[in-house]
Amino acid sequence: MSFEHRHLLGIEPLKPHEITAILDLADDYVALNRRPEKHSDVLAGLTQINMFFENSTRTQASFELAGKRLGADVMNMAMQASSIKKGETLIDTAMTLNAMHPDLLVVRHPHSGAVDLLAQKVNCAVLNAGDGKHEHPTQALLDALTIRRSKGRLHRLNIAICGDIAHSRVARSNLILLGKMENRIRLIGPPTLVPGQFAEFGAEIYDDMREGLKDVDVVMMLRLQKERMDGGFIPSEREYYHRYGLDADKLAQAKPDAIVMHPGPMNRGVEIDGTLADDINRSVIQEQVEMGVAVRMAAMDLLARNLRAERQAKAG
Amino acid sequence: MTTLFTNARLIDPEAGTETPGAVLVRNGRIAAVEKNAASPEQLLAAHGVKPEEAAIQDCGGKCLAPGIVDIGVKVCEPGERHKESYKSAGLAAAAGGVTTIVTRPDTAPAIDSPETLEFVTRRAQADTPVNVLPMAALTKGREGREMTEIGFLMDAGAVAFSDCDHVVANTKVFQRALTYARSCGALVIAHPQEPVLSKGAAATSGKFAALYGLPAVSPMAERMGLDRDIALLEMTGARYHADQITTARALPALERAKANGLDITAGTSIHHLTLNELDVAGYRSFFKVKPPLRSEDDRLAVVEAVRSGLIDIISSMHTPQDEESKRLPFEEAAAGAVALETLLPAALRLYHAELLDLPALFRAMSLNPAKRLGLEGGRLEAGAPADLVLFDADVPFVLDRFKLRSKSQNTPYDGQRMQGRVEATFVAGEPVYRRD
Repeated sequence: MSFEHRHLLGIEPLKPHEITAILDLADDYVALNRRPEKHSDVLAGLTQINMFFENSTRTQASFELAGKRLGADVMNMAMQASSIKKGETLIDTAMTLNAMHPDLLVVRHPHSGAVDLLAQKVNCAVLNAGDGKHEHPTQALLDALTIRRSKGRLHRLNIAICGDIAHSRVARSNLILLGKMENRIRLIGPPTLVPGQFAEFGAEIYDDMREGLKDVDVVMMLRLQKERMDGGFIPSEREYYHRYGLDADKLAQAKPDAIVMHPGPMNRGVEIDGTLADDINRSVIQEQVEMGVAVRMAAMDLLARNLRAERQAKAG
Repeated sequence: MTTLFTNARLIDPEAGTETPGAVLVRNGRIAAVEKNAASPEQLLAAHGVKPEEAAIQDCGGKCLAPGIVDIGVKVCEPGERHKESYKSAGLAAAAGGVTTIVTRPDTAPAIDSPETLEFVTRRAQADTPVNVLPMAALTKGREGREMTEIGFLMDAGAVAFSDCDHVVANTKVFQRALTYARSCGALVIAHPQEPVLSKGAAATSGKFAALYGLPAVSPMAERMGLDRDIALLEMTGARYHADQITTARALPALERAKANGLDITAGTSIHHLTLNELDVAGYRSFFKVKPPLRSEDDRLAVVEAVRSGLIDIISSMHTPQDEESKRLPFEEAAAGAVALETLLPAALRLYHAELLDLPALFRAMSLNPAKRLGLEGGRLEAGAPADLVLFDADVPFVLDRFKLRSKSQNTPYDGQRMQGRVEATFVAGEPVYRRD
């Protein structure tokens, strides 16, 4: 298998063929998940710990389900409620974890780079479930799988990423992944939320949404991350919705078969029209959730194979 | 006590020359500088010294320069002696060729009263082989609200006043402090930065910060801070030094202010001269400094400003941090790096890269800081204190942070190849460090 990483910390270190390898395996797991008996034993005997230093329902549930379907022993640790409140540092937490002998560690943390730091200190495979404003690799992979299954390919597509780019790790990971796979990417949003530096990544930047959506194949909406803002990025939600909220009228600029994506959770009536989000002909938001479980199964499967190979090499 | 330093490559920052020669030191001061290659016996005879009275220090053709005067060294007394004490800082300074450290008041508590300053001075005298000159805070607790007792603090020995990395955000408070400081003839050292824009920033805005998802500040915040301070200097006529100018955008304002005759000088840190924002790659918190590392374009512009003399002073901005403060996610990690021992080897990178010659380096590290503080040192001339550094400019080595003498070892140069190393350091003619 052509996937030689100990951890999945971001999309940035991955090569295009490695991205394809994850997606190909994920396709198999989509099939498995659609069967009445959806169970495999590839992670049997391994321990998966989900450590979330930041609130999450959907991602955590998706990782938990992915691990359980593959037969791992899964434990959830809600970290914001426990030791960090008592002053324990991230390194101490890592040491404590090492003593529990986990095999797969799924981590979300509010600070960029924190998952990298943790990965340096633990003896297991680490999956980044989102670090600050840096990366959220499994989200980008599930988005890629959704696009590939819906469009039949993952290259030479016009893809618009719209909204709060500045505060979004989803946008960064997607920008990197879709760039590596040779797509044309447009970033659409008010300049306060779409910093000009992103042009240096090869993206085209639009502050007029209608212009930006012209003839795109994929429209990725982002959630307005009100909790990450320290005030004053947009004048009001209603003005934001008027200028940057996705509705049928603005979507008419895109190709007739363009799909609409959103990483969830949605602010209906802020960044996306509720009816449009539910339109099964355009919106693939439900598929994204389904692909999420499959992609996470694939990623954990690949990392577990490498982990086992590494341990065997050590033992031999 | 008489010592003759022979067979030296003399680095004279005032003359801007690099010549073979000898230096005669008597009673702690330079008695004569001889740039002709006369024999030791002739030299001694010329100055009326009997050969048996003098110790001969053969420099072996290595560089002899005025000792470094380092403005802005943090010694963590009072408050955090486990990070750095006067004793450990003194050893590190001596090993780094730094003969005078000008200490920062950003301790816990801040050095903002004559009583605290006297405590620090006593500690320094007892434990430190190099000269120590203390700075005091400009405002009480470095909180930017009330000025300190500038007059009393000067009487107690404060050589300059600074709130360090705290910007006095209230312009009225700063204006009054500058006005009062001027009446005392005090030098105010400020950190030019727009405080609201730079709040919480861990990186310089740009492609790198965007990719790494780090809270970032525009380099423009430095120029905005400097512009404000320059306007206040026009109002008050105070003596002012900007601690660190690190961006190209701030340089034209500095140049205009100097041309307009304001009493302004500027410094920069060795880290901003030798590293750039990309060095942070992988969220390495030892590279987190304040202000954050800049782009390569900015770095080169600042190096050029040191060469031209627009930026007057290079400092180590020595900031010890323990492992616990650094082994955190980048945003949360403490800023600062130790640099007393790495200042000269790092500065020599600029020499080996042919960006600055040795006299220019020592103009910025020794002569200019001494001049700005009204000290006699920093010169290689008869009458000056015999504070000297003897170094090999070329010998290569790999830096091992655990061999540093500081109590904290947070250096960004760990494991890096360096070229040039201190052989010996002399304060008032006496050796305070010799490499084993």
